[in-house]
Amino acid sequence: MTVISNGTNLINNGTLDSGIPTGAMTLIKTLTASSSATLDFLNGTSNVVFDGTYKEYVFKFYNIHPATNGADFTFQADTGTNTNYNIAMTTTYIRAAHGEDDSGDSLTYDTGRDQAEGTGFLQVISGIGNDADGNGNGTLHIFSPSSSTFVKHFIIRSCTSYEDSIARDMFIAGYFNTTTALTRVRFKMSSGNIDSGIIKMYGIK
Amino acid sequence: MAIISNAVTIADAGAFSASLGAMTLIKTITLSSAAGTVDFVNGASSVVFDDTYPIYKFVFNNMHPATENSTNFTFQADVGTGTSYAQNITSTFIQIRHEEGDGATQLVYSTAGDQAGGTAFQQMFRSLEGDSDSSICGELYVFNPSSTTFVKHFIGQGFGQNAAPAAFTAKIAGYFNTTTALTRMRFKMSTGNIDAGTIKLYGIKDS
Repeated sequence: MTVISNGTNLINNGTLDSGIPTGAMTLIKTLTASSSATLDFLNGTSNVVFDGTYKEYVFKFYNIHPATNGADFTFQADTGTNTNYNIAMTTTYIRAAHGEDDSGDSLTYDTGRDQAEGTGFLQVISGIGNDADGNGNGTLHIFSPSSSTFVKHFIIRSCTSYEDSIARDMFIAGYFNTTTALTRVRFKMSSGNIDSGIIKMYGIK
Repeated sequence: MAIISNAVTIADAGAFSASLGAMTLIKTITLSSAAGTVDFVNGASSVVFDDTYPIYKFVFNNMHPATENSTNFTFQADVGTGTSYAQNITSTFIQIRHEEGDGATQLVYSTAGDQAGGTAFQQMFRSLEGDSDSSICGELYVFNPSSTTFVKHFIGQGFGQNAAPAAFTAKIAGYFNTTTALTRMRFKMSTGNIDAGTIKLYGIKDS
């Protein structure tokens, strides 16, 4: 059945007509943590798309609550069907901080949280307090993860109530130093489980 | 009535099944004349600011102050039907600045723009240039404002011309230190009116 309005095709052959605006940002997948050790987004699994379909992928995470006080929310990626999650990356890490008691206001490049061709999981949100109302939030952009020509760049902006009493604003960027297509992304805490939280994955058309 | 095309359900039960995009424009407020405040109140004037969306995004376009050089663009929130707009905020403020005459460059943490458990309006931008062609733009994300469990985090950045004049970027983050659901947001200049500008509110879809 075709739906035609005033001579214009709106719907045909099971899809909206290409002339109908559907937005440039498409929700691909939502994962909700419940005492989860890891949250994985695997291309081709559970409706996840993480290939050349989109040039940019955006992960939005909110109300990330750790089981372990002060744990870092981290991520890594892998290629093919590998599950090592240890792709070499070089990164930068800048953060601002300010305590509820007006102490510790600062803007710092933190060499303790960056990587220089490291293969560890990278801190996305550092030191999330696990008081009942403590949590971390932010956004991760990964550009052209399926490129077989270029290294894979990413940008992160995140915030948290660091150890329950300090506002922290984190700016992180870097690249996976591989020309092999990335196929999967894993999130986990540096210690203990992700007690609760939601990660949403979007594709930018 | 369902709309089914080639055995694919396109619309049913009053909603589209087909993807219409993950970012929904909720409300646009464009000032037709100078105003003291711009408010987005859940349930009023078609504004949604509740658990319909987990993330809300405000975009500011060409905000122009009535008062030159001494005013800051700011925001606060409130709960329920409150109109005090005095929620407890702890925040950070980074400023990046470069004068048109190449006289000064800056990348600093600014204690003049942060709050430590303060209840004042939070600065998004400082010392706006007020020339007729000057303005500031920016964006502000508020995460899960309706949560009754967690404090409410925000991340934002304002960029444009500040006094000198200079290119200026403010990067802010922090949290409303309350577990009561936020229901409303207010934007205003610290001194004088907002002379002109547009603020858009978007919801980032949950599903």
